[in-house]
Amino acid sequence: MAKWDISRIDEWKGDEFPLGACIPESGNSRDYVTGGWRSERPVRDDAKCTQCLICWIMCPDSAVVAAGEKVVDFKLDHCKGCGVCANECPADAITMVPEGCELPEVK
Amino acid sequence: MQQLTEIRWHARAGQGAVTAAKLVAETALELDQYMQAMPEYGPERMGAPIQAFTRISTIPIEIHNNIEHPDVVVVLDESLLSIVDVTRGLKEDGVVIVNTCSPAAAVRSRLGRTTGRVAAIDASGISLDKLKREMPNTPMIGALAKATGLFEVDAVCDHLTKTFGKKFTQEIIDANVASVRTAYEEVSIDG
Amino acid sequence: MATQKTVSATGNAVVADAMRQCKPDVMAAYPITPQTTIVEEFAGFVAKGRVHTEYVTVESEHSAMSACVGASAAGARVMTATSSQGLALMWEELHVASGMRLPIVMANANRALSAPINIHCDHGDAMGARDAGWVMLFAETAQEAYDNTIMATRIAENPAVLLPVMSCLDGFITTHSIDRVDVLDDESVAEFVGEYAPQNALLDIDQPVTHGAFAGLGGPFFEFKRAQRDAMERSREVISSVGAEYSELSGRPFGAVESWGMEDADVAIVVIGSTAGNVRHVARQLRAEGVKAGIVKVRVFRPFPYAELAAALSGVKAVAVLDRAESFGAEGGPLFLEVRSALYDAETRVPVAGYIYGLGGSDVRLELIERVYSDLSDIAAGTAQPGGFVYLGAR
Repeated sequence: MAKWDISRIDEWKGDEFPLGACIPESGNSRDYVTGGWRSERPVRDDAKCTQCLICWIMCPDSAVVAAGEKVVDFKLDHCKGCGVCANECPADAITMVPEGCELPEVK
Repeated sequence: MQQLTEIRWHARAGQGAVTAAKLVAETALELDQYMQAMPEYGPERMGAPIQAFTRISTIPIEIHNNIEHPDVVVVLDESLLSIVDVTRGLKEDGVVIVNTCSPAAAVRSRLGRTTGRVAAIDASGISLDKLKREMPNTPMIGALAKATGLFEVDAVCDHLTKTFGKKFTQEIIDANVASVRTAYEEVSIDG
Repeated sequence: MATQKTVSATGNAVVADAMRQCKPDVMAAYPITPQTTIVEEFAGFVAKGRVHTEYVTVESEHSAMSACVGASAAGARVMTATSSQGLALMWEELHVASGMRLPIVMANANRALSAPINIHCDHGDAMGARDAGWVMLFAETAQEAYDNTIMATRIAENPAVLLPVMSCLDGFITTHSIDRVDVLDDESVAEFVGEYAPQNALLDIDQPVTHGAFAGLGGPFFEFKRAQRDAMERSREVISSVGAEYSELSGRPFGAVESWGMEDADVAIVVIGSTAGNVRHVARQLRAEGVKAGIVKVRVFRPFPYAELAAALSGVKAVAVLDRAESFGAEGGPLFLEVRSALYDAETRVPVAGYIYGLGGSDVRLELIERVYSDLSDIAAGTAQPGGFVYLGAR
């Protein structure tokens, strides 16, 4: 199905919106980039990591990327920097480090 | 016949006054007349004095207010005479029908009524005889038919047979029809 | 015209029957006097298999309307019924239903709001919900309550409208009185209301949607309300065409405003609900005595028929508005405010007198109506002014 085109949503009049504030497609939260809310980013130490996948389970934004049953990366365009992954990691393999002024993932 | 007849029923809760008010209204409908039947609503209190109302008319009924000046008053329980002013607002030439063993003339003097018509019928006795239980409502409709001439007794019996046929045995229907006919024959009328 | 059967039945019984004939997919309701027999009868129809409706018993009216909202968003034809405190408890979901544009049909048995507690008729419950975005119909008789229920289904589900409709009938006076009513055959009603074709149904798994999303500061909330207002405005036309079509089917007239004697009336009473019958009865008597009395009954309160009302009242010398509801602190009852506003643009300024009457089922005696017409005759003659706040018949 074609994406719901909301490029001109700020110009829409009442009758141009879907009826009753309905959103006529599913799964569009991936289009909503929340990485800009972050002041700290998770950094994973591969040497310490036991690949238990607890961070992948716990991440509230599904921002931990796993492939082949191994954690490989963080999706920084959606990671809000909440630190749940670092807090839950039983091996202390994830550290939250301060973000600089540059957030290339959300530009 | 005047266009609109207003009837007020006095009874104790549980004696079938609402059913009677409804039966009379339905009989009128079968005669292609217009009608309303309404109970007086409040908490359910078995044995408490209650009222119910029926309007019958040859033309559509527009009014929805309470009946203050009835043409007919029907009293299903004689003991109400001492606690309720049953003739309140009754039109001067109105009819009052009471379930009692006393003759109509005695009821008239008890009510202190000098005008209109007074009718008396032992509806409780008839229902005990025919139905083997005290259910004075249907015989009172027979008395009402005779005392007011609002409709033929056959019309009531036909309707009763039809409507009770959905819920009751033939025995109960026959007993009810017999009560209506007996009351129609036996009602004592003064004036 | 359809085949019809003349029955002796209460207003509630024929409303339940009309709902059965409209075949809702879901009914979620909580019983409350004097609405109870509607949902009781309907539950009986479900139990006997006379209608295939999912009947949801809930623990309150708050839940009843919540369940209705959910079921309607899922794509079902949904109906319910309530009264008074029950309607008050639905308050927040009333706005959710209209904001989400869900065509729920609800019967409301008009009853006073507490305190003091009272189970009898006034319009305080419905008038309290008049800004909730529902189309509102009012019935004078059991017949109209039946007819309005069927029309409500068509109006609500019209693609140009898609708003919930509240169909009001007077508590006890109409709900519980046995009256003579002509009912249509099941097939004619089924054909008249048709099948409901929902938009954005949650149960349409091929086209997943989100309902109840957020539209906050800077978002399009304002635009959504504007769209809702437009739908309410469009419903005027739909109500009128559905009414015309229903009139043809049933042989009974329908108007947002229904007039009697207004062709040459000097004095007129504007009224809603069962009291219209009492007023018409008195007006007939006054006509026989040479008084040019008229009556305007408002059958659709939302959207309010300003133009029709102003047209009906053009040419009268004095108008009285009877309100069976209070709007404490306002210049008059809710109907009074609407009527006087509707007349503001008229070429001549007609005096309008407001009366509050019949609260909590207080009886509407004919002499009270006579008094209003007599006041109007004095005002029309210039010997009196509409004045103050009149509680008609209150001690």
